[in-house]
Amino acid sequence: MPDPAASAVSLTVNGQQVSVLAGATVAVAVAIAGQVCRTSVSGEPRGPLCGMGICYECRVSINGVPHCRSCQILCEPGMEVRTDG
Amino acid sequence: MSGKTFDVVIVGAGIVGAACADECAQRGLRVAVVEREVVGSGATAAGMGHIVVMDDSEAQLALTRYSQQLWQALWPELPVDVEYEQCGTIWVAANEEEMTEVRRKHSFYAERGVPTTVLDAQALRRLEPNLRVGMAGGLLVTEDAVLYPPCAARFLMDRAQKRGAELRTAASATQVGQGRVRLANGVEIRGETIVNAAGAWSPELIGAIEIKKRKGHLVITDRYPGFLRHQLVELGYLKSAHSVTSDSVAFNVQPRRTGQILIGSSRQYGAEHKDVDQEILCRMLQRAQEYMPALGPMSAVRTWTGFRAATPDKLPLIGPWPGDKSLFLSTGHEGLGITTSLATARILVDQITGAKPEIPIEPYLPSRAGKEFLHA
Amino acid sequence: MADSQRFDVLVIGAGPAGMAAALRAAECGVRVGLVDDNARSGGQIWRGSSDEHSEDAARWGERLRKADATKLYGMRVFHRPEAGVLLAEGPYDLCELRYTNLVVATGARERFLPFPGWTLPNVMGAGGLQAMVKSGLPIRGKRVVIAGTGPLLLAVAAYLRKQGAEIPMICEQASWSRLAQFGAALLGYPEKIAQTLQLKKQLAGIPFAASSWPLAARGGPALESVTISRNGNTRVIPCDYLACGFHLVPNVELHSLLGCRISGGYVQVDEFQETSAKAVFCAGEPTGIGGVELALVEGQIAGLAAGGRAPEARELFGERRRARRFARMLDRTFGLRQELRDLPSAETIVCRCEDVSYGRLQKHGSWRAAKLQTRCGMGPCQGRVCGPATQFLFQWNPDSVRPPVFPARVEDLAKMVDFQTVGCPTR
Repeated sequence: MPDPAASAVSLTVNGQQVSVLAGATVAVAVAIAGQVCRTSVSGEPRGPLCGMGICYECRVSINGVPHCRSCQILCEPGMEVRTDG
Repeated sequence: MSGKTFDVVIVGAGIVGAACADECAQRGLRVAVVEREVVGSGATAAGMGHIVVMDDSEAQLALTRYSQQLWQALWPELPVDVEYEQCGTIWVAANEEEMTEVRRKHSFYAERGVPTTVLDAQALRRLEPNLRVGMAGGLLVTEDAVLYPPCAARFLMDRAQKRGAELRTAASATQVGQGRVRLANGVEIRGETIVNAAGAWSPELIGAIEIKKRKGHLVITDRYPGFLRHQLVELGYLKSAHSVTSDSVAFNVQPRRTGQILIGSSRQYGAEHKDVDQEILCRMLQRAQEYMPALGPMSAVRTWTGFRAATPDKLPLIGPWPGDKSLFLSTGHEGLGITTSLATARILVDQITGAKPEIPIEPYLPSRAGKEFLHA
Repeated sequence: MADSQRFDVLVIGAGPAGMAAALRAAECGVRVGLVDDNARSGGQIWRGSSDEHSEDAARWGERLRKADATKLYGMRVFHRPEAGVLLAEGPYDLCELRYTNLVVATGARERFLPFPGWTLPNVMGAGGLQAMVKSGLPIRGKRVVIAGTGPLLLAVAAYLRKQGAEIPMICEQASWSRLAQFGAALLGYPEKIAQTLQLKKQLAGIPFAASSWPLAARGGPALESVTISRNGNTRVIPCDYLACGFHLVPNVELHSLLGCRISGGYVQVDEFQETSAKAVFCAGEPTGIGGVELALVEGQIAGLAAGGRAPEARELFGERRRARRFARMLDRTFGLRQELRDLPSAETIVCRCEDVSYGRLQKHGSWRAAKLQTRCGMGPCQGRVCGPATQFLFQWNPDSVRPPVFPARVEDLAKMVDFQTVGCPTR
């Protein structure tokens, strides 16, 4: 669990500035930003399902690299996160 | 199914068997198909699904060109899940020596009415920016296409069934001949004509057929829309397809409509097991990265293998089997099964019904004289 | 980018079973490596920092920290290119892991069953939502319906409530009679009774329904309510999250790739936790879903056996017997009922990677036919979500496993192990 006493980490989600506690995952940052992670092949909005890196529903683009499993990746300062569509 | 005599009984519901069933049904023949697994589950399920006009020989060009045009005509009727895409093929030249080959191919195709465009280095770069810098150019074959084979086979089989064709899956044929197909469960299905369309497994039904399994590997990535627009093949591909004895890899990538990239290709003789061969997989992927370094960081989701049905002279066997009036072959398509399936069906059924084929059929006859491939 | 390491005992998975195996093997004085996809040890059940957990978690975590074992976190094994070598990749690197003995303690994942609306954002697994909250998802004041089956539901409910969530209901598909039998059988496990009583206290006041399951999730673009079935009646519960999982499925893909014999979905092991593949051991959920205690004792036995001190492992056989009895109780209690097969409608998505609906799948007679015709199971989850679902819905059996057992970068899959590379024509 992110430590409330720890410093905040600042990153962007679809260009929007988001602040999370250190230790938070990118999936959490996307949720806090009020976004969904991806759009399915038939156009449905999708977010994390399994929370443990196996379902691939939480995929986002991080610093230009697509298909990153956001529930397994800790937020780092200055990360640029882009969700689908 | 047992009890009546069909006009035609086809063993194998891969793309070739399905196309033959469809052609038979279209011409009013009563046809039955027996398939040991499910429709489109052999090489049909494992291959790249390309429709390419190949110039390895006149006979190969004639058959692939005829068939490619049939696919093009069928295109408007194909359902969405067949994913037919006329993306074209670019034969990539890595150096000036290969550009000479490009120009030769261009003339060869032009003389035979196949539209192609010679691309210089800049033109190639514009069309496919993810190729490694320093390629000399290429040849764009504009009417080549790709599709998703299991659904294409399913479409052809469905169409045949709508016209009365009967299909039995999970039915293994153990013997064919004398107007009969015998299944593993002892049931016999009778037909005036029996067609062996069992691909790499054809010799299991007729031992004297000289067909060898030619194993291939493929890898598919996650979705990267816009990364690749055409099928790309290195000019060395033909050398790989040519070699009758050694294991080889050749650069060959294909964009799927899903945005996934299909990466091939490999050829091995004498490998009977389905397992992924580590050394071949590595060589294939290394080769692919040498042409397209940007493939490296991409997510590879699945790998698989398949068995092509290879004949000694690289041409399929389409026509009557000598020694049994009821037996016909429609097999041995190596890496061109998807491409030539429709034309194969045409010329097969032409021969069954005595109609005049649209192209000369002698090069594909199982009885072709002077060829050392029917062992006693 | 590429790195190569050698171990006498290599442990895959740093959940309780893997942790126990690694530190026992380390005590044997051999060279030990421990690999896990996550940033730290603990697996799923002990995810997050230790002060949130039981003393057990803290104790084992501390022992592991002190143990002489190389920890490789943030690395995921995707391939075994040749005997004695595994390849693992992280976000930026690739590691070649050479080993003499292998302990594969890859744990389990939740089973997801499809029902209308299950793909809406904020419908997650029970463990899935818990993992997200542990990773910082704000949950205070949010309404969370918990549904599905298994002891995980109660553990998740207790945790979420502690974090300030409001829980309108817990819906367990097992019947009261099954649960009562389970409760009675717990009498043989004093430590479990203490846990249960503590849970009861933590969950006081939360409505709990047995023979109850979700019928539909509604909302748009995200979840707004869940309709549940209870004793033949339906009820609509407005909520912010649905935490829904139907017990656990063992992660046996790597074992399958290694050629271990698998029966009924579980890896077969001998008394020393050795699989049918020589020098490959298995501990924890992949041998049978049994929870933490079984995982810890199996892990220790595997670690000792792999580390060359098999006779010492015998001392743990009694404890393992006891823990296995509990595992069998779990199986009996939380088996899935028939009604769950009727939940999806024709339009309900079953394969989420490729958006294949239940109606499209129904047309096919086998996993292979369905896969080829619809591409169900061909997406990046490699059938980990839709596989168990279709197995339950249609009794389809999965395919054999091929590499990569997880999606991996092309350049990493291409990693040559002692082979020559092939050059591209130049000049």
